[in-house]
Amino acid sequence: MAKVLIIAEHADGQINPSVAKCVACAATIPDAEIDVAIFSSDGEALASQIAELASVSRVLRIDSEVNADAVTVQLVPQVMAIAEGYSHLLGPSTTFGKDLMPAVAARLGVNQVSDVMEVVTTNQFRKPIYAGNAILTVETPVGMPVVATVRTASYQAVEAGGSATIESMTVDAEIPSHSRFVERKTAASDRPDLQTAAKVVSGGRALGSAENFELIYKLADAFGAAVGASRAAVDAGYVPNEMQVGQTGKIIAPALYVAIGISGAIQHLTGIKDAGTIVAINKDAEAPIFEVSDIGLVGDLFKVVPELEAALNS
Amino acid sequence: MEKILVGLKRVVDYNVRIRVKSDGSGVETDGVKMSINPFDEIALEEALRIRERGEAAEVIVVSIGSTEAQQQLRTGLAMGADRAILVSSAQPLDPLSCARVFRALIDRENPELVILGKQAIDGDNNQTGQMLASLWGRPQGTFASKIEFNGPVATITREIDTGLEVHEIDLPAVITADLRLNEPRYVKLPDIMKAKKKPLDEIALDDLGIELAPALTNVSFEPPAERSKGVMVEDVAGLVAALKDKGLL
Repeated sequence: MAKVLIIAEHADGQINPSVAKCVACAATIPDAEIDVAIFSSDGEALASQIAELASVSRVLRIDSEVNADAVTVQLVPQVMAIAEGYSHLLGPSTTFGKDLMPAVAARLGVNQVSDVMEVVTTNQFRKPIYAGNAILTVETPVGMPVVATVRTASYQAVEAGGSATIESMTVDAEIPSHSRFVERKTAASDRPDLQTAAKVVSGGRALGSAENFELIYKLADAFGAAVGASRAAVDAGYVPNEMQVGQTGKIIAPALYVAIGISGAIQHLTGIKDAGTIVAINKDAEAPIFEVSDIGLVGDLFKVVPELEAALNS
Repeated sequence: MEKILVGLKRVVDYNVRIRVKSDGSGVETDGVKMSINPFDEIALEEALRIRERGEAAEVIVVSIGSTEAQQQLRTGLAMGADRAILVSSAQPLDPLSCARVFRALIDRENPELVILGKQAIDGDNNQTGQMLASLWGRPQGTFASKIEFNGPVATITREIDTGLEVHEIDLPAVITADLRLNEPRYVKLPDIMKAKKKPLDEIALDDLGIELAPALTNVSFEPPAERSKGVMVEDVAGLVAALKDKGLL
């Protein structure tokens, strides 16, 4: 039997949507029993949210002052204190999981399987490499724990309807003080979350300025969509980093992705490969984005986008 | 600080179109242009700027792999690194073994700072820096877009999914570089000539006395699933109609 431990990500009193996706991945490991650990300063509500997820058997609630804003090096000894006996330790391929899980893997003396997109067997996994231009099946060493991050875009969140038991516990761990959380700078937005939105409208370098990016926001609002951007648009300072879609930004899988003024570099395309429908609007008919788009429109975005917005709003 | 250690991985150049070999045994690397991993170039640029500001004395670039990686180390020296170390290994090493190599080099060199790229664009693993910090028992400032020093304390701004996060870490520490940390400089011809005279030491992997980690076994490589060819529409009316057809409006 596989014993799986998922490390839950959370912020502002809410579990991150990646938790339900990690559970979905874990549920495809043959004969898996799934525990989820939540490290926070007051995990009562968080633990209840997790206990409602289907397929979870136990929620391990570890409350501690230090976990209010714990950094990875402070979480690692706590994770290690409960890791014994688990065959699989999973975290999400978010910046939280990418930071934490390799540090855990190193302590356990194993390599991490990064970005699991499919579980083949208990110890074989498919994962993208080279910006998604190749899919590699890897096998982890027999008899060693598997440490992996889950490519959340590859999984549908498990439904609610579970009734896991919640166990509060304290762990005996020495917490280093050489790393300290200072602050988080998060822009508030009423728009849907880019990582989980059903629809996403993205803009690229062709927008030309932060002011012009307003066109993208307006169109996104007409669609009820989240807003994304290419690396070029982020590098140029049109939008903040958290909006970047692609190999080194967010990997997303919306039902609809609308790419505006984005040429479609390989590094961007890897972030949208799992989208249901890709719409591309670009003035260059030769742009690589048209090789992957389901619906393409060659045209000047400054003319097409306001027209489309008007059509959607009418 | 005295020393900064920077890792430079030799990878397939980011402009190369990757093809999976027809027998599924790997990706085509014969005759393909190889370069420094772009994130590692950013790591080196940052180390050089720290030295140029007078906050560090020496920048050492390190690569692990075949003798061909000397090319990337020479490029690193031409960019401005003071000396280079090649840990020679006939086989490519897994991330944990690489972290153990760096851990062993830390014992030899005693750097106050190790800067690595946040991920290599071949395996996209994003783990060596975190593993090194974990093995070393020191701070990890990952996905850094800004680094400032105040004596033995570094303030790191990190790119995270919801925006930016600031950490304060005590040196010595590991930092991994994200895209917007800086824009690496171009190498000029005279620098390439000068770089030929800079020291490049080779250490055999076996001489470091580390235990290699159990690597993951590559079972098979496949090309990704292709998206089927889409349609082109003439105008906004056509686009709206196509979206309605798919039930997206």
